[in-house]
Amino acid sequence: MPLFEVQDLRVTFHTDDGDVRAVQGMSFSLDRGETLGIVGESGSGKSVSTQTVVGLVNGAEVSGSAVFDGVDLLQASEKTMRGLRGESISMIFQDPLTSLHPLYKVGDQIAEAVKAHRKISRSDARARAVQLLRDVGIPNPEGRAREYPHKFSGGMRQRAMIAMALALEPKMLIADEPTTALDVTVQAQILDLIERLRTEHQTAVILITHDMGVVAEVADKVVVMYAGRPVEVADTRSLFTEPHHPYTQGLLRSIPAFAARLDKLEAIPGAPPSLMVEQTGCPFAPRCPHVVTACTTSVPPLEPAGSAPGHLSACIRSRHAVGVDATDGSAGQSAPSGESTSWKGSASV
Amino acid sequence: MFSFVVRRVIYLVIVLLILSFLTYLLFFGGNPGNIAAQVVGRNATAAQIANTRIRLGLNHSLLYQWWHYVTQAVFHGNLGTDFQNQEPVITEIKQALPVTASLTIGGAILWMLLGIPIGIQSATKPRSIRDRLSTIFALTFLSIPSFVLGLVMLYFLFFDLTDHAHLHWFPSGTYVPITQNVGQWFVHMILPWISIALVSAAVYTRLMRASLLDVLGEDYIRTARAKGLPRRTVLFKHGVRAALSPIVTQFGLDIGTLLGGAVITEQVFSLQGIGKLSLTSLFSKNLPVVSGTILLGAAFIVIFNAIVDVLYAVLDPRVRLS
Ligand SMILES: Nc1ncnc2c1ncn2[C@@H]1O[C@H](COP(=O)(O)OP(=O)(O)OP(=O)(O)O)[C@@H](O)[C@H]1O
Ligand SMILES: [Mg+2]
Repeated sequence: MPLFEVQDLRVTFHTDDGDVRAVQGMSFSLDRGETLGIVGESGSGKSVSTQTVVGLVNGAEVSGSAVFDGVDLLQASEKTMRGLRGESISMIFQDPLTSLHPLYKVGDQIAEAVKAHRKISRSDARARAVQLLRDVGIPNPEGRAREYPHKFSGGMRQRAMIAMALALEPKMLIADEPTTALDVTVQAQILDLIERLRTEHQTAVILITHDMGVVAEVADKVVVMYAGRPVEVADTRSLFTEPHHPYTQGLLRSIPAFAARLDKLEAIPGAPPSLMVEQTGCPFAPRCPHVVTACTTSVPPLEPAGSAPGHLSACIRSRHAVGVDATDGSAGQSAPSGESTSWKGSASV
Repeated sequence: MFSFVVRRVIYLVIVLLILSFLTYLLFFGGNPGNIAAQVVGRNATAAQIANTRIRLGLNHSLLYQWWHYVTQAVFHGNLGTDFQNQEPVITEIKQALPVTASLTIGGAILWMLLGIPIGIQSATKPRSIRDRLSTIFALTFLSIPSFVLGLVMLYFLFFDLTDHAHLHWFPSGTYVPITQNVGQWFVHMILPWISIALVSAAVYTRLMRASLLDVLGEDYIRTARAKGLPRRTVLFKHGVRAALSPIVTQFGLDIGTLLGGAVITEQVFSLQGIGKLSLTSLFSKNLPVVSGTILLGAAFIVIFNAIVDVLYAVLDPRVRLS
């Protein structure tokens, strides 16, 4: 049984302007020690889907299931969820600058996370906080623990957030674009840190990112999201060598050597559909280079595609996708070859 | 901190000097002879008026009078002498201040006890029944001037109860000093406190609600929840604590202003406080008293502004005193 299995997760916000269908049928599973990458354009529902399953989204209509270690998180009581959050499931958020409380010392904020779940003394919790700050590579951790977040740089704040998330050696870590706000060298260090956690403690990691290079480097498998739906699910190697969904192909084609970010490159012409309108066909159809009439009549379900086991794609062409790719050829050729540095990194995963 | 205090004290002195001068200037924009005539009374002879002018120092130049007032205030600490009864102004202020302070402090406690919890309640459950009820409460009292509220309460809770229902819930008469009888002091202050507090409570309800709603949408609140902290800890330690700054500002300003005299409420409930003192002295052209109460009010506002700034720095590590 996988550690975490999400099935047909749907999240709808009822707003004054109408219903926002932020997530429409998200499914994935994750084992201990495994890293799942979730990629997709801004607004595709990456944050909403992960924050919903840990109960951090308020006022939305939620359906589906999210079974973690035998407990369905969507049915669990607030008390159960409180016990799991921080203890078994930790999160690192998108924006390190605003995720720490401005009025409390960094060390105290980390100690608070420890004290929320363990019966230990104040001073022991403090000592643990200092140890954690040292673990994540913050120089002079004793002094830094007594400082307020505004004295920390962005990278240091994200490290502090990671220290907080790692405080109780969680079974699963959800890292929501942990490096987006940081510069490249800090990015690599933060990713190393997460990677170390995974190997040392068998922590399962969900890594949300815009960065295909990061996915190639650290993820075991990938979910590609588009307009609130998973459009392709595959293990990393299979996704990069044999992308089936035209959206994934477009993503890979537009990114030289996997190094650039999706949000920076106007990769695919057009924009994703409004989440306020109920989709009657494939949500990607208006931007798809291979669109046919059948695409607009029903929403294609995730179905096995290609030869790799577990490779799923939500495209009517995927059923005979191998053939299409062979004749079309563009996706396979433009995907980076083995010489790419990013790709070498991922080969060891 | 030390240099902050020094700077604020200098600032206070300058404000008081300018204000006292402006008071004199405005006052003598009229006719000083006329003032003397009013002070002596209706049937005074020309000679009496002239004598009074000299006695009150009104024959000197404006600048001289002002400077005399300032040196008197500084070296004798008496803030001048009452035109009417020859008492040092400071004595009259000392009598009136406890009344106004009682009104202010009691009222403030009451409006905080009402406004803050209601504000927190409605911010935690926006659009709930309770939130709507509290909005109605707030809008109702925000739209009633406090003196109308005072008069209405006086009518129904005092005259009506006493005269018709013969219920002596609220005593007649005015202020009883707290040093004389704590119980009597308390019951005599209840109606004035309520009349001051209800309107302000509405202001604080709105303020607390808006500020807390903002804070509860912040990323660090999500972090607190992600740590698995209990609801109350998230709400109070992380939420309310961060939402206090606008409350503290408003509170400092309100206290500072009220201590300078709650003119209307004191009038309605015939409390002999600073507000009543300044009103009476204004009507009787009692310049030193007018000036004294104005300076007192200004001093309170400046001082409480400084206190707010200090509290800011205490509450928020990002703020430095400067
Ligand atoms: N509380 C809310 N009320 C209404 N709509 C919301 C709410 N929260 C999120 N949404 C909408 O849900 C959609 C998905 O948002 P989400 O934050 O999950 O995107 P994302 O994939 O994480 O994007 P990014 O890469 O920019 O972080 C967006 O269109 C967003 O506007
Ligand atoms: Mg996001």
